[in-house]
Amino acid sequence: MSQTSGQALLSIRDLKKQYDQPGGGELTILDIPALEVGAGEQVVLRGESGSGKTTLLHVISGIVPADSGSIRLEGVELMGFSEAKRDRIRAVKMGYVFQTFNLLPAFTALENVRLGMSFARLSGTSGSGDIERAAELLDRVGLGDRMHYLPSQLSVGQQQRVAVARALVNRPILLLADEPTANVDPSNQDRIIELIATQCRQENVAMLLVTHSDAVASRFDRIEQLSQINRAGK
Amino acid sequence: MNLLSIALRNLRYRKLASSLTALSMALGVALVVLVLTISGVIEKSLERTSNVGYNLIVGAKGSPLQLVFNTVFFLSQPIENVPYSYYMEYLPADGRLKEHARIGGELKEPQRPGLYSFLMQGGFAIPVCMGDYVGEFRCVATTPDYFGLLKHGDLNDREYKFSGGRNFVDYSEENGYFEAVVGSQVAQSMGLKLGDEIFASHGTESGETHGQGFRVVGILEPTGSPNDRGAFVNIEGFYLLEGHVAPDRDEDSGLEKQGTAQAPERSGALSKVRLPIEKREVTAILLKPNGFAAMSMEKQINKTKFAQAVSPIGQIEGLLGVFVRPLRWALLALTSLVVLVSAISILVSIYNSMNDRKKDIAVMRALGASRDHITAIILLESLLIAIAGGLVGWLVGHALGPLSNAWTMPTTGVKIDWLAVQSSWELWIVPGLVLLGTLAGAIPAMVAYRTPVAKNL
Repeated sequence: MSQTSGQALLSIRDLKKQYDQPGGGELTILDIPALEVGAGEQVVLRGESGSGKTTLLHVISGIVPADSGSIRLEGVELMGFSEAKRDRIRAVKMGYVFQTFNLLPAFTALENVRLGMSFARLSGTSGSGDIERAAELLDRVGLGDRMHYLPSQLSVGQQQRVAVARALVNRPILLLADEPTANVDPSNQDRIIELIATQCRQENVAMLLVTHSDAVASRFDRIEQLSQINRAGK
Repeated sequence: MNLLSIALRNLRYRKLASSLTALSMALGVALVVLVLTISGVIEKSLERTSNVGYNLIVGAKGSPLQLVFNTVFFLSQPIENVPYSYYMEYLPADGRLKEHARIGGELKEPQRPGLYSFLMQGGFAIPVCMGDYVGEFRCVATTPDYFGLLKHGDLNDREYKFSGGRNFVDYSEENGYFEAVVGSQVAQSMGLKLGDEIFASHGTESGETHGQGFRVVGILEPTGSPNDRGAFVNIEGFYLLEGHVAPDRDEDSGLEKQGTAQAPERSGALSKVRLPIEKREVTAILLKPNGFAAMSMEKQINKTKFAQAVSPIGQIEGLLGVFVRPLRWALLALTSLVVLVSAISILVSIYNSMNDRKKDIAVMRALGASRDHITAIILLESLLIAIAGGLVGWLVGHALGPLSNAWTMPTTGVKIDWLAVQSSWELWIVPGLVLLGTLAGAIPAMVAYRTPVAKNL
């Protein structure tokens, strides 16, 4: 593990990711020479469908390994980490908001939020670990009175708010949000984006949000066009 | 939340499938426990009751097991009888003289010691006549020594006690020879109390009842032995009933001489006239020689033409070895198959759910769960179903034993207490369930382990 010279929280260099094609050969999805996100910074990556937005988040979070390049988080090189180490980093350092919320149907809102804490604790890392933290976050996203509801008993907007609380519960340093408003009705989109932005600011969490929506992207100061930073497919 | 609570929550979410699968495991384990309990009860009961306080049973030639079943357990039918004079061959000289003087009748050389008395070495011999019934229960005609000399209990150290009344006596002024003691189940089942009169029926339960009854003078405390199911009458009175007189037999052919089996005294219950020795027969003689003579005595008796001596313990051990234990193994093998099928149903149930849960697994992985965490959750689910089902089955299996007492006790004389009969094999149930649960969960856990995260998010 080596330290970066700069101040970036997340620093990506020459990142490449390819997939095997069904007919043979390889398809390059990601080829990113450089991308940096500062501590507490909120960055939007705008890109069309199929431009590699989700894959980039998967690679950064360690869900899938990159083929080559460098990913540094707080100066720590993540490339070459074993899957188990990547899991630990993801559990403790990162929060993830999915496009389809991905709440577990068997668990209540409170339990869904606590699940994130549980895996961080089970990974042997500190993890904030208390039920009050989960309850407080749910309260902050306006679901203090719905903590014991199952996902099926919540509206779509409420489910995404639970997902935001879950992503922040471990006090991550980086929140990855994958089209968080794609499945939310227009009236709720602004609220969700505002919620994510506000909560990240309050928790001093850096945010990397990917979206294809100009409306969503326009709400943030720093907007990166994936088509410009990703050389794949050019 | 820990892995266990996550696994529990998953099971609750699929509660119908989970509980049905656990139920099948419960059924399998209950069957195993029942087989172990029942075979344990049978074995323990047979071993305990074969430790009857005497070493040998002597009776007419025939099936040794039948002699034991009839004499000890009051099951099966009596074999032929042996003469009363033969019983007196187990008495010392003074005993023969006393018996001859007490009973009267013909006896060759009453002053000599009995042929086997030297082997008895001061032990005792008790005559028993069987073949009659009191209601549905066996009528056992014997001497007061039956309750005076014999003991019972696991250690064969407990004297017979009476919940009411006393032992019957050879002769009493108020009842003559016609006194009886009844076992606890006989008293309860027939609603008998002290002073009641019981009538034996000849030969079978539904046979003709004798006109002369026996006065109940004692009710035994429960012993947990077949004696609870016996109606014990004074042998002296028994001999005076119709059909209990030994016929004269042709010395050459052994055939009965017609018209020689008439009871001498059918009226006058308080008459002191006894059936003479030569008119008496016994179904069995209970022997307890002192010292180590039982073995050689058994061999000597079995060399004779018309009598056999059997060791109840030996016969029961043989029965256990040849029949009960192999049967238990066969039943255990069958019920274990049921448990195995239940384990497979756990596998199928969880495996079938894996398709629906791929996304959940991927989400947990994305939240930071490692492959090991996911594997552990699936294995825990399988283990929880197996262990919960198994424990319910274990409890049900043990509960069914005592619940069946109302049905089994009257026929077997054996009371099944809660957890009273435990086989050491039961110690294998929990490790067995853990193993089965692990094996059943292994394949679904492997599927979960290999679930690709990115593809399923």
